[in-house]
Amino acid sequence: MAAGLDPTQGLRSPRQGARRRLGGALWRRRWLKGLTLLAPPVLAFLVVYVSALVALFISAFWTVNPFTGETIHHWTLDNFRELWHGAAYHDVALRTIEIAGAVTITDAVLAFPFAYFMARIASGRVRALLFVLVLLPLWASYLARVYAWRLILNSDGLLNWSLHKIGLPPANIAYTNTAMWIVFSYIWLPFMILPVYASLERIPHSYIEASRDLGGRGFRTLRSVILPLALPGIVAGSIFTFSLTLGDYITPVLIGGASSQFIGNVVYDSVNGSGNLPFGAAFAVVPVLVMGVYLVIARRLGAFDAL
Amino acid sequence: MESRATRIGLGIWVVAVLAFLYVPITVICLYAFNASNVQSWPIAGITTKWFSPAIHNGDLQQALWLSLKAASLATGIALVLGSAASFGVHRFRFFGRESISFLLVLPIALPGIITGMALNSYFVFWRFNFGLWTIVIGHATFCVVVVYNNVVARLRRIPGSLTEASMDLGADGLQTFRYVTFPSISTALISGGLLAFALSFDEVIVTTFTAGAQNTLPIWIFGQIRLGQQLPQVNVVVFLILAVTIIPVVLAQRLTRESGILRTE
Amino acid sequence: MTKRMWALVATMAVVLAFPAAGISRQSGGTLNMIAWEGYTQAQWVNPFEKSTGCTVHAKYAGSSDEMVTLMRSGGGSQYDMVSASGDASLRLIYGKDVQTVDPSKIPDFKNFGKAFQSPPNNTIAGKHYGISLQWGPNTLLYNTKKVVPAPTSWSVIYSPKYKGKITVPDNPIQIADAALYLMKTQPSLGIKDPYELNQAQFNATMSLLSKQKPLIKKYWALASDEIDLFKNGDAVVGASWPYQTNTLIAAKAPVKDLVPREGATGWLDTWMVSSHTKNLACAYKWLAWVSTPKVQAEQAVYFGETPVNSKACPIMNTLSKGSCAQYHANAPLKYFKQIYFWKTPIADCGNGQKNCMDYTKWQQAWTQLKG
Repeated sequence: MAAGLDPTQGLRSPRQGARRRLGGALWRRRWLKGLTLLAPPVLAFLVVYVSALVALFISAFWTVNPFTGETIHHWTLDNFRELWHGAAYHDVALRTIEIAGAVTITDAVLAFPFAYFMARIASGRVRALLFVLVLLPLWASYLARVYAWRLILNSDGLLNWSLHKIGLPPANIAYTNTAMWIVFSYIWLPFMILPVYASLERIPHSYIEASRDLGGRGFRTLRSVILPLALPGIVAGSIFTFSLTLGDYITPVLIGGASSQFIGNVVYDSVNGSGNLPFGAAFAVVPVLVMGVYLVIARRLGAFDAL
Repeated sequence: MESRATRIGLGIWVVAVLAFLYVPITVICLYAFNASNVQSWPIAGITTKWFSPAIHNGDLQQALWLSLKAASLATGIALVLGSAASFGVHRFRFFGRESISFLLVLPIALPGIITGMALNSYFVFWRFNFGLWTIVIGHATFCVVVVYNNVVARLRRIPGSLTEASMDLGADGLQTFRYVTFPSISTALISGGLLAFALSFDEVIVTTFTAGAQNTLPIWIFGQIRLGQQLPQVNVVVFLILAVTIIPVVLAQRLTRESGILRTE
Repeated sequence: MTKRMWALVATMAVVLAFPAAGISRQSGGTLNMIAWEGYTQAQWVNPFEKSTGCTVHAKYAGSSDEMVTLMRSGGGSQYDMVSASGDASLRLIYGKDVQTVDPSKIPDFKNFGKAFQSPPNNTIAGKHYGISLQWGPNTLLYNTKKVVPAPTSWSVIYSPKYKGKITVPDNPIQIADAALYLMKTQPSLGIKDPYELNQAQFNATMSLLSKQKPLIKKYWALASDEIDLFKNGDAVVGASWPYQTNTLIAAKAPVKDLVPREGATGWLDTWMVSSHTKNLACAYKWLAWVSTPKVQAEQAVYFGETPVNSKACPIMNTLSKGSCAQYHANAPLKYFKQIYFWKTPIADCGNGQKNCMDYTKWQQAWTQLKG
């Protein structure tokens, strides 16, 4: 029995066995331990996800026989040429990016005061309640919530009925880009609130006190201390709102009007309508490039530590 | 502390945002009792006639069951791979460390339709049978990062000295994990797992491409929206799901609240 | 820590145990079918499932393009049957996605009208690639209270009078509707068939559609889109299927539809069987079932289309008085000849020339029109 171990305190001599030897071996060769931890997820991603992506973007250089649907494995830039010269595709891409940006800004504005209240003003019970209230909508189906907005925004819908009751003229925003902006901002709001809350919660109270001691009034503290510290959270949330809007095609179908096509719709119609996967893949390069740039900027701003 | 006016102002803002969040949900729940099968405002009449057909709807039951299975499996995979990756990244310094975060966040950062298309072609190429596992793989891609982020954030707040102290006291690797490390990340696993489950349960874009002829719940809902004949059944389902999931969400919230031991203030 | 573990397990158990209630009910085979909205109603599917033991799962599609893609998805092995219209059937046949069927195994086949037994969109060189199902026109739907006087021509959806309240299908084949309108109103263009358009005719048609675009509230992709548009006052006139009309009338909306004086495009649907199906027995049972006079009548009245089985007429009248005459099931041929049925546009103009626009050009032009 090893000296110094008191069995009455529940301490037992460590068992010598395969488990301990293995544990020891991994402790000595740290790289092996790191490898066993990292290999499964990284390999899984590389073998399944990344190779699928690469294959998809390779197919952007091919074409398809329109009548039979067979892929013609002949390298060509035709798909890209068509995208470059098609004014409609430029319109679609710009519209998608603009609305994604508008949604991101809207959600950031809506979420920040909310998250601030949750993180720094609310008592423990109120905070718990708010947490539950923010998470719960994620469990009500996305489709059902978007469809409910149709009922609200329709010509004879809830919004116009309420406006009528208070004597205002009806808002004709059903099936417009404005409607899409409202619905997208609504759907992704919890995804913005959560990371902003997390980063605001992490700010030690001592920082605020120090700022006050140095003479900063409320707004100055907000601007110089809180916002910069909360920025990674805001940017992290914006990754969600921007990319989820950028790639969506369901809300434009349900809520959009005659000129509301998103990149996702053109890609979807290309793949599931025309059966032209290469063209869809070619157009899908656009959101990938946009998100690539966005992610690089986000990483610079520290968002990856705040996701 | 913040001035009283600020607190009241923020309080009003919170109430306004909550109203914004919950008006559509109230609409959904209200229209579960719609007497007409076509949705219009004001409501045509109140009835509970849709509840029984919805609960006994075979297609709906199958879709719900498939969604639950897929979400559980995807969350399970995400918990394992996500924690493994987070431990690997947190504990070791090596070349390409940051690119792992980048790699894992890709499925969420890139549009779902790209993930869907890519995986679809991949499965067809390798002649996989479309079914539960193709759906699970599709969901696992974006669930992993949710767990990963939660666990990494928590690991950063745990002092490394705890593990070393445990080892000093004679615990081997597995005992340390079981008695020291796992309890301190368990709440991160719960919140990450719950969010991953929610994402997978409600996912429709990637699933459209990775499911074969099967319906998950969101795909069933979209089919009903297309048809336009039994929309109140959709509302009934959502209403019941919301009522049921309040329990695990509140439970998870109460569990994750007790992480006071790790507050570094 | 134990308490937390148990709480975690309990949560998962609550969530998972929820509707574990009996799920697989696969005694016979399962038919996964791709169908137009309204083609697999419980009214005729439930009796089928009870009497044959086969289970029916329907995936709805709103356009022939979607149906072709779905049928080909997953290597062609995902779906067993598809209710293909004329503009999908030939693509599926030439793409080897569907197999030949033997009409002698369908007892009611001999009761089909002659024109529907071997139409060119599902029969090639005497080989049948499916069984004809139902047919009907794309109609002009309008709100009787807001559109006064009642329209008689397609011109109402091309004129600014109801600007912002018009809706048409989101489907490249809709170009044919515009071509049909030009065929009758601008004969100088020389359009003889709305699916065979040379460059000049195609440009004129796209130009008409571009002029129409600012008048459109929404291009409807889902049948329920149009139902919602009309029910909630966002659209008052538009191109439609009788399915929407019937649903709206059942929901007490003040609507009516008609085939305007220029005529209409339409569809002749065929149930086709996948080349890769594993449930051939159930597939044949379904083909036989939907061809019976009772089911033909039920579907015709529900959707608002015309059955191919000539014995369905009296049953239609018992389901809905006068429906047989309303949907021309009693004197189909004259009405049949007025409809320009959907077919896939190809480069071969059919008159010796090969410079017509093929369907890829239609799809690209449609995407660019929507912008």
